[in-house]
Order: sequence, then C-alpha cells, then structure tokens
Amino acid sequence: MSTPVLWIFVPAVVGIALFFLRRWYRTTVLVGALTPLFLTIITLVLPINELVRLGPWAFKVSDTLVILGRRLFLGVQDRPLVILIYILVAFWFSAAFEARAGRMFVPVGLVLVAVWIAALAVEPFLYAALLLELAVLLSIPLLSPPGTPPGRGVIRYLIFQTFGMPFILLTGWLLAGVESSPGDLDLVVRATTLLGFGFVFLLGIFPFHSWLPMIAEESHPYSASFVFFFLPLMVSLFGLNFLNEYAWLRQSTNLYQILRVGGVMMMLVGGGWAALQRHMGRILGFAILMGTGASLLAISVLPSLELFFAMQIPRALALAIWALGLSILQRTTAKPVVENPEIEALNTTPPQDLLPRERLRFRNLLGVGRKLPVATAAVTLASFSFAGYPILGSFPVYQVLWRNLATGTPIIAALVLFGSLSLGIGGIRSLAVLVMGAEQDAWRINEHWLTAIFLIIGILLMILIGLFPQWVLPYAASISEVFSQMTSQTLVP
Amino acid sequence: MSKLLDLLPLLATMLVAATSIGLLISRDWRWHISLLGIQFAGIAALTSLSWPLEMAITKMVAGWMSGAVLGMAMASVSSNWGREERFWPSGRIFRILAALMVAITVFSAIPEISKILPQVSELIMVGGIILIGMGLLHLGLTAQPLRISIGLLTMLSGFEVIYASVETSILVAGLLAGVNIGLGLIGAYMITVSEMEQEYE
Repeated sequence: MSTPVLWIFVPAVVGIALFFLRRWYRTTVLVGALTPLFLTIITLVLPINELVRLGPWAFKVSDTLVILGRRLFLGVQDRPLVILIYILVAFWFSAAFEARAGRMFVPVGLVLVAVWIAALAVEPFLYAALLLELAVLLSIPLLSPPGTPPGRGVIRYLIFQTFGMPFILLTGWLLAGVESSPGDLDLVVRATTLLGFGFVFLLGIFPFHSWLPMIAEESHPYSASFVFFFLPLMVSLFGLNFLNEYAWLRQSTNLYQILRVGGVMMMLVGGGWAALQRHMGRILGFAILMGTGASLLAISVLPSLELFFAMQIPRALALAIWALGLSILQRTTAKPVVENPEIEALNTTPPQDLLPRERLRFRNLLGVGRKLPVATAAVTLASFSFAGYPILGSFPVYQVLWRNLATGTPIIAALVLFGSLSLGIGGIRSLAVLVMGAEQDAWRINEHWLTAIFLIIGILLMILIGLFPQWVLPYAASISEVFSQMTSQTLVP
Repeated sequence: MSKLLDLLPLLATMLVAATSIGLLISRDWRWHISLLGIQFAGIAALTSLSWPLEMAITKMVAGWMSGAVLGMAMASVSSNWGREERFWPSGRIFRILAALMVAITVFSAIPEISKILPQVSELIMVGGIILIGMGLLHLGLTAQPLRISIGLLTMLSGFEVIYASVETSILVAGLLAGVNIGLGLIGAYMITVSEMEQEYE
C-alpha cells in the first residue's frame, strides 16, 4: 500500500465504478460525496512510512509508487493539501443532486480529482502538464453533457488548454539547460517566455480568457464552477512548483511584477465586464477571471504564499453556493415568461422550453427571486463574498491583499478595489432583476427543503468565515509549507 | 536498402506535409480518417529517427486508434457534414493558398528555430513545424468537432515529433499516447453528444 494508491487510484476506481452505476443518481451522489470524506479521515489518521498494526496484520504505507521508471510521490508534507482538496470535493459533491448537475458529474469528478492529485504527485513535476491535459479532456463531458451540442466555449477551452501543454513541456527541457548554465541570458529569457505562454493558456489569462464566460453561459453552472475552481487551483499549484524548484525563477523580481500586472488586468477585466453582463452565468464566468487575477496578485505579494492558500476556502464556498443558487434559478426558468397570460391561454401550442443557455438571461429571470428567495439570497451574497465585500468569507483575505498592495503600489490597490466593487455591481444588478417583475408576486419560499438547507448552511458559513477568519484561514494558510523553498511571513488579518 | 533508410527522413517529412495539406482541403470525412492514418505513419517514421522503433510505433498505434474512434463516431451519426462544407470549391482555393503561406512561413522560420533547438535535425524540425502550422490553420478555420480533433491531433503530433528529439522517457511516451487517444475519444464524444440521451434531472 502507498499514498498514491490511496489518494489517486482509490478515487479513480470508485469514480469508474460509479460511472457504470450512474442510473442510480442519488446513490451515486451519496457514495461520491462519502468517498472523499472517507479519504480525508484516512489521510488524517494514517501514519506514512511507519508500521501500522491491525490485529494480526502489519503493513506500511509508503509515500512513493514507481510507474514506468518515474515516481508518484505524496509525502507527509503533502497531507494538508490533499485534505483540503478532498474536503472541498466532498463539499461540492454533497449538493450535486440538489443542483441536478448531471449523472456524470460525480463519477467523472472523482476521476478528475484523481488525475489532478496525480499531477501534484508525479516526479519530475514537469510531466504534470500531460496529466493536466488528460484532466481537461476528462472534464469535457461535464461541460458539454449528453443531449446538447458542444458549445463554442467548450471547443475553445479544449483548444487553448491543449496549446498550453507543449509550451510547458518544452520549457521543462529548456530549464535543464538554464540550471547547468544560469548565466546564459538568452536561454533564461526563452525559458521564461515559453513558461509564461504555457500558463497564459492554462489559466485563461487575458486575452485568452474568452472561453470562461462562454462556458459559464453554455454549461450547467454547478459542473462549470467545479471545473472553474479546481482547474486554476491545480494549474496554480503546478506553477508554484516551478517557483519552488528553480531558485533563479523564484528570485526574479521581474516575474513578480509581471504577475502583479497580469493579476490587476484580470481583476479589472473580470470585475468590469461582470458589472455589464445581462446573463448571470456570464457574471459567474467573469468572476472566475477576477478570482484568477486575485490569485496571481496573492502570489505576487511575496514573501508569502499564505494569502494564496487562505483565499481558496472562502472562494470555493462562495463559488459552490453561487453555482447551486444559479442551478435552482436555471431549473425554474425552463419555460419562457408569459407576457400576456390571457392571449397565451388561447394559444393551442404550448411554449417551447428555453434553451439552457437562455435560462439565466436577465429577461427570463424577472421577478423569479420572489418565488425563490433563498436561492436569490445565496446568489447575491455569494457574488459579494467572491468580490471580497465586508463580513463575508473572502473579506479578511482581500483586506490583507489590499493592504499589502497599498503599502507599495497604491494605484494597483485602487484598481484591484475597483475590480471588486465592479463585481459587486454585477451582484446588485442580478438582485434587482430577480426581485423586480411586471407582477409584484408575494414573497414565498418555494425551494425544496433540502436545497434550502444547503443554501442557508452555505450562507451562514460565508458569514461565519467572514466574522471569525481565525477558525479556518490559519489552517488553509499553513498549507503553504508544502512549498518549502518559498519563504513565508505571518498572515495578519 | 541503406539508401532508402537515408531517404526516410525526407520521405516522412514530405508525407506528413502532403497529408496535412490533404486534411485541410478534403471534404469527405472518410478521406479525413484515411489521411490521418497515413499521417501518423509518417509521424512514427519521423519519431523513429529519435526513438527506438518499438517506442516510435506507439505514436502510430495511438494515432490509428484515435482515427478509428473518430471514424466510428462519424459513421454512427446522421451527419450534416455535407451541408456544413458547402462553401467549396472557393474555400478549397483559399485553404490551398493559406497552406502555402504557412509553408513559406515555416521554411523562413526554420533557421531561427534550429538555433534555439540545435539538437533537433533540420528535417525533423521541418516536419514538426509544418504539422504545427497546418494544425493551427485547421483550428482557425473551423468549429466542426471532427476537424477540431484532427487539427489538435495534427498540431500536437508536430510538437511530439520535435519533443521526441529531446525527451526519451517511456512515461512521457505513454502519457502523450494517452493524450492522443483521449483527443480522439473526446472528438468522438463531441461528434455524437447532441444525439445522446439527455441525462439531466
């Protein structure tokens, strides 16, 4: 037994088994949500590289698995990161049935998580680019479910992600040369440029971000948000591996300036465009773009990775609640709004169902909030939390980010703040659309009780993390120790 | 025999150039699949200059598997392929001209790229860059899932031919083969997905 077998092969096998059992939707979701929870508990209690006695049996869980001459390594230091990933996955899967994310969501999601963790474990770590590409291929059925033609966003996503892989692999080869002759400036510039192009494609950095809002418009919000959260996270961890591994890259001041400029641009583009959208899915897509920008900024305010890891839990929470709320709204607006009920009643042909991509358009959501107040509250508060508004989950982290940026570069801090405010405007516009309508219907909770419980728990968690960040964020921040070469400073909210 | 082996790089480069242009201008999906199969034979021949033959063959096998999966998917759907491709023959002339421009760009860029990657022989570089260029051109001209898959497979093959000169790991070979087959499978999925039964609710 080894940790890669436990953390990679077990979820993959369970995922494959659930794929064939997906006819039983609720069971699939239940088993799928329990598997990462079970793995989290095992990860917490199981000693690594030590002899474990269970009655007459004794065994040792090694941290290494050798495949085709290369290693998959997941040691003690990786444990907090693996726990974080599995807790977030369990959280996401638990509401998959309420979101009606599709029968393939949980099985494919489990295999995806296995591939992503394999990408963290593979040595040399450059080969992770190939595993990330495999994960992209696996994610296509989640973003383009059976019964609907693949949208332009999905096709663009596949193309851009596939473009990223060769750049990273070639960089890996060039980096070996840089290590042997660090004085060769041409080689360093070439390697850095190729690396930059690779990550621009993989992270969907401006101007290669167009697939993000397109997918958010075309695909199911819950599946899309799952991919949108974990894919940039895993790619960012892969990028941090580069910084951790190569001292010349880590010590380059230009790199952090580039990250900062890229981050600000993404926050401005993401927040600015989110404020102007008339489709709630697209607002979510642009919010993701803004989130990636915030991650880049968090990495750039060195010498700390704590901020980057601390922002992941509130962001995941906000994104999952936001997507669950949108799923409920999307399901409710399957039929077009009847403008003249008297005339419509005489019409012999019933109105056609709206296309999934049309359901979250503002014009189809007028007044829906009065019928679905919990989902409306969840969507609005989640967008505020994602933007870093006070007393909600992301606020303590964003506050540190704004403060750190303001001490050195106040203009950048102001621009970042403008991006956050703009996303909040998108949230306020969504709220206005949801509560206004031609007929002022009475407020009434129509959500299923289980859905309402999920949403209310999510809203409370967002507020609790915002009010008491010391309960959760220090643990998340401590994950930065995985990247031992990166220096660290204390997170002071 | 040895003269033929000496000519292998040149023949393989000419083969992949011809098939990639053929893929760009052909209009029948059966031709696409056949040309893709021939292209992967050329790619395996080019890779065999850097890798042992038994490893290089994996490129061809993975490519053929992708082609077979894509072909089966096309055969199984009630295709409107003919209607989508109705802009021919003016489109064909445009594509030939575009391919020529890519070829000219490749040949003018080769000396510079060879300076960056001196380990890669010139013919391998020409073959690889032509495949990348034609693949990119293919991707830029269409949104049809079969053509997208073929464009990605072509572009990626070009990279693999060049990368094989600098990386000989078995794991990388296996993972790249996995990516090729995965692209074929996802292409087949995208071709057939709209005719599948909906699984929501």
